[in-house]
Amino acid sequence: MIEIQGLRKRYGALQVLDGVDLVIHPGRVTAVVGPNAAGKTTLIKSVLGLTRPDSGTIYVDGKMIDDAGEYRARIGYMPQIARFPDNLTGADLFAMMRDLRGAGASRDEDLIDALGLRSQLHKPLRVLSGGTRQKVNAALAFHFSPSMLFLDEPTAGLDPISSSVVKDKIAAERNAGRTFVLTSHVMSELEELADDIAFLVEGRIRFSGPIHDLKKETRQLSLERAIAYVLETGAAA
Amino acid sequence: MTTTIRKIARYGVRDLVRSRWLLGYAGFFAAATWALLRFSDSETKALLSLVNVVLFVVPLANLVFGAMYLYGAREFVELLLAQPLRRRELFAGLYLGLTVPVSLAATVGIAAPLLFQGVSAATLRTGALLGLIAAVLSAVFTGVATVIAYRIEDRVRGLATALGVWLLLAVVYDGIALLAAVQFADYPLERPMLALMLANPIDLARLVLMLHFDVAALLGYTGAVFERFVGGTAGLIVAAIALSTWVAAPALMGARLFRRKDF
Repeated sequence: MIEIQGLRKRYGALQVLDGVDLVIHPGRVTAVVGPNAAGKTTLIKSVLGLTRPDSGTIYVDGKMIDDAGEYRARIGYMPQIARFPDNLTGADLFAMMRDLRGAGASRDEDLIDALGLRSQLHKPLRVLSGGTRQKVNAALAFHFSPSMLFLDEPTAGLDPISSSVVKDKIAAERNAGRTFVLTSHVMSELEELADDIAFLVEGRIRFSGPIHDLKKETRQLSLERAIAYVLETGAAA
Repeated sequence: MTTTIRKIARYGVRDLVRSRWLLGYAGFFAAATWALLRFSDSETKALLSLVNVVLFVVPLANLVFGAMYLYGAREFVELLLAQPLRRRELFAGLYLGLTVPVSLAATVGIAAPLLFQGVSAATLRTGALLGLIAAVLSAVFTGVATVIAYRIEDRVRGLATALGVWLLLAVVYDGIALLAAVQFADYPLERPMLALMLANPIDLARLVLMLHFDVAALLGYTGAVFERFVGGTAGLIVAAIALSTWVAAPALMGARLFRRKDF
């Protein structure tokens, strides 16, 4: 469980997060959605400790997050942009992460095989295409069987087959009890994967709760229309 | 040093030793050293020329390459920050992973031809000092590069700043020193000149080498002042302490910026 209270963050003149309160429930997929520059990535980075909020508190499993970051051993993160050291190979990268994470429990290599990465692992990461690097990025996030996964635009840049593979993996791991936080601009994809939605507009949560509640409240059939409805009418809270 | 720092540094080294850029950089020093030894009248002259090459190229290369490397690693650093590590350790690992290979590249590049050409023992000693100074200067300027990269968000502005810092320290600085010396020629200038020299790592490095060559007077006003003022061993110790400070200060400043930064 992740509890966020009164989170504020300002970059210069821009108030990116303006008092965000949000609870992310375990074992569910929470989609963070919102227009561009609504603060989605900043919100995720705050939970991971990449960004220091100006005020507010974040609890992960009941403990306030700190710089030592032991809680991050339970988190897998897939950043939006996959860039790795040019001259390391995929195998080096996985070895490095294993080294840093320590001798943990199970290693999940499903995605390495399912995304056809096995043959790419000995090549320098610099020669891999953007899509292949994104696959490495995805496989890495799942590699340590973390209980919480933060996926920032997980299917962006993936071909339809790989995208389906990743989505199937998310669904399977969710059913195995893992918690997901993901962002995406593809509403149909979120509708397929997400249980809950956190709708962020101009640094505030406009709606948070189960997707079907949002649809019921707005009397819309699809998530996309429900969100458009909220944006147009300023409804929901 | 914690094992985490060592682990991060090890992969940084592994990445860089395979980099063509670094190979070319080491190759450049090897070629320069070899050519100077080959085509100079004496070994001392060859090394004196090499000193100037080192003092010119090492700061420039490390500032620019260091900043480029650190900006390029931005996204990867975000991924590492999401791992269960302390920022302090992550910074130390990244810094060492960058500094150690670039320092070694310059040192090995200089040392290899000296060893293979079978130069005299005195030349070898001077060469060893030059290699050491090259490594120290590398550490100074990769440290400055961390300050730039973690202070300035924009990559282009950061690279421009790196070039600006180099121009200031390597080119403009001596001009200002000379100008000040001429302007205030009627005053006792030893102390201000000394301060001016301690404040520039390139001048400091030049000084250490020149004191060793015993030709300080040949190299600018500041060197002459320093030799007269301190002279020999005492001067060397003062300069060594100042250089160590120059290694530590930017790296610590970079660490501080890194710890507080929003990625």
